[in-house]
Amino acid sequence: MLIKLIPEIGHFALIVALLMAAVQAVMPLAGAATRRPLWMAYGQPMAVGQFVFIAVAYACLTASYMLDDFSVANVANNSNSLLPWYYKFSAVWGNHEGSVLLWSFMLAGWGFAASLFTGNLPRDMVARVMGVMGMVCVGFLLFILVTSNPFERLLPNMPQDGADLNPLLQDFGLVVHPPMLYMGYVGFSVVFAFAIAALIGGRLDAAWTRWARPWTNLAWAFLTVGIALGSWWAYYELGWGGWWFWDPVENASLLPWLTGTALVHSLAVTEKRGSFKSWTVLLAISTFSLSLMGTFLVRSGVLTSVHAFANDPARGFFILMLLAITVTLSLLVFALRAPRVSHKVGFNWLSRDALLLVNNIFLVIMTVTVLLGTVYPLILDSLGLGKISVGPPYFNALFVPLTVLMCIFMGLGSVTRWKSMVARDLVRKLWLAGVAALVIGILMPLLYRGEWNLFVSLGIVSALWIVLPMVRDVFDKTRHASSFFTGVRKLSLAYWGMVLGHLGVAVTIVGVTVVSNYNIERNVRMSPGTTVEVAGYQFTMTELVERRGGNFLADTSILQVHRGDSGSSFTMRPEKRLYLATGMPMTQVALRPGLFRDLYVAMGEDLGDGSWAMRVQYKPFVRWLWLGALLMAAGGVLAVLDKRYRRATVTRDSKVAANRETAREVAV
Amino acid sequence: MTPKRKQKLFVILGLVSLAAVAVGLTLYALRANINLFFSPVQIAQGDAPMERQIRAGGMVKEGSVSRDKQSLDVEFTVTDYVDDLEVYYSGILPDLFREGQGVVVVGELQADGRLYADKVLARHDENYMPPEVAQALEEAGYSPADYQAKAAEVGQRLDEEGVPQASEY
Repeated sequence: MLIKLIPEIGHFALIVALLMAAVQAVMPLAGAATRRPLWMAYGQPMAVGQFVFIAVAYACLTASYMLDDFSVANVANNSNSLLPWYYKFSAVWGNHEGSVLLWSFMLAGWGFAASLFTGNLPRDMVARVMGVMGMVCVGFLLFILVTSNPFERLLPNMPQDGADLNPLLQDFGLVVHPPMLYMGYVGFSVVFAFAIAALIGGRLDAAWTRWARPWTNLAWAFLTVGIALGSWWAYYELGWGGWWFWDPVENASLLPWLTGTALVHSLAVTEKRGSFKSWTVLLAISTFSLSLMGTFLVRSGVLTSVHAFANDPARGFFILMLLAITVTLSLLVFALRAPRVSHKVGFNWLSRDALLLVNNIFLVIMTVTVLLGTVYPLILDSLGLGKISVGPPYFNALFVPLTVLMCIFMGLGSVTRWKSMVARDLVRKLWLAGVAALVIGILMPLLYRGEWNLFVSLGIVSALWIVLPMVRDVFDKTRHASSFFTGVRKLSLAYWGMVLGHLGVAVTIVGVTVVSNYNIERNVRMSPGTTVEVAGYQFTMTELVERRGGNFLADTSILQVHRGDSGSSFTMRPEKRLYLATGMPMTQVALRPGLFRDLYVAMGEDLGDGSWAMRVQYKPFVRWLWLGALLMAAGGVLAVLDKRYRRATVTRDSKVAANRETAREVAV
Repeated sequence: MTPKRKQKLFVILGLVSLAAVAVGLTLYALRANINLFFSPVQIAQGDAPMERQIRAGGMVKEGSVSRDKQSLDVEFTVTDYVDDLEVYYSGILPDLFREGQGVVVVGELQADGRLYADKVLARHDENYMPPEVAQALEEAGYSPADYQAKAAEVGQRLDEEGVPQASEY
């Protein structure tokens, strides 16, 4: 009996969570305004309760999927009794309603975590942070309950079996990509709440930045991994071998990443030097707003893609309103309060402060250009001015030169000092790295392919220009220690986080450059016995077979691949699948991954007469794209683990020590 | 000029020149890379530019797909059931490309009246006729409902014939 009620329990839990979020949105803020400790104290318990109840709702929906309860519309539309259990589990977020529930679950999770680690923050600050988080939660829970209830029933005419999950989504990549991405999107709500709380309170000091930084780094690391997973998924699942299409949906996740990156760096300046305060706050607001906009673009159905689950105008309108309210209110608070928190700190033009500012500007310009290319067609369309699309050449023409320019300053920024630096010192430190980067970068394409290529050289020079000065810097910093290892251990984790993050950027740049310029793709007609040569590999189709999988039928082609000179040989088995429940065809790619090259074979279409159109690709360095992203994320996490954050959270007494440490670091 | 003012001046000059470069590049890139959408009826009226990259869309006409026997060259007709557009393409068609289904092609119109496509995208739509095609019909003075019904009828019939059954394996 109770099992039959699971969806109702979930629905009820959501309503309770909404009420708690409403209390959390009102009481602490009112308490902080009227200085009533009791009211302020409402924040944390409500955050905990809300987290628990949304967790219950989420568990109920998952249970409905696992138990194949097809009387729930959401389950009936997106699952099937033949689906393996792990895809039933991940199908929960493979649709609009479930993914918004997951989003809210994570939002509550971040709020819960923020309520636990409030440490030595002043009580009114905590109250305001909780209040703002509560408001965001109210918005999303209302959105679920009003427009996208995942527990809606199909009674009394419940279907015998479900319509099945979109085959494109039946894949490991989908199991992990959305949760990571959401953790990133939603994580920025914490720093957003901190920023608004600081504006309302009129207090934006070192303790504030020390608080906001780990949260931002963590959210940024999640978003980085989420984007990389999405790109990896598109690479092997869509069967084209592309890894970034400048699709509006991808851009939607890139936008908050760009401003988030700017925010991470701007926070560093605010913590170390006490400057750029309003700028930091503005970035925090934009990053979260862009996260919301990403949700709007992806969920409203204004775009057609795998991600647009449903075309319900009411939903799009709701999120648009949510976005409008968030942006208007937060900018209003900013306009009224920002003059109070800003604070003039002088710095020299040749200093880390200035270089970080320059890179922040580059990141913002990139954001604006991507935003323009993404929303321009939508705006024209909604005004009835014609249907256009903005293609990848637009984005490449802007993004590539901007990235190269940014790299120049990145190489400088990571080794300069705060406040000011003598130009002569900087030149002495960097000339060798600069010359080495130029020479290696210019020679590399000649050595690798025997033909010079401007773009490859640009990419390699940029990457080396990021890495080599840092290597020099690490040596300089450890030179005076008794041994290299004691020197290495003396450097803070935050420093290593920076090194790793920048190394990741360089690795990604190398990957992008090489795979874009040296990718080889051949589309050929193959039948058993045909041999094709791509980049020194001979692909011979030996057999075409048909097989039956759990919930699909497949045409499989078996290819023997020989490497010309070495004589080693292996088999690749690309497939064309037909999923039975939906009648949808799907391309299953055969991949031979490697650190320096991927071999990629996909079946195109049946040409009749026993032959198939096949797509055979050689993709050098493609793994470096995602490897770089993982390094960036690892850098972000490493910086969070730095002991100065831990100390600040554990006891109040350590505040003095932490301040002393900051003073020392500034002096260094 | 005091050093502080000098610094401010530098910042402002830097910002202005960066913004100018960014705006210039953006406008140039946007102008060069916008693809307008045309439907067969608009192309037949001569609205679409020649030898410039455009997007065109409609339904794949029944029985029009013809593959070359040796290569990956393929020709098919895109129709909105008022006018037809012949498309030439060399490469692999997407999984959901079917006769009777919606399709969007990106390419250039040549003097022979055919569109030479660089890219073919399946546009699976439950109404079979993509909304922009219906809108173009309406603007050209046709009543789209009849043609939508026709598209749905052809699409559904071909859907039922086209899906291979499990027993075939």
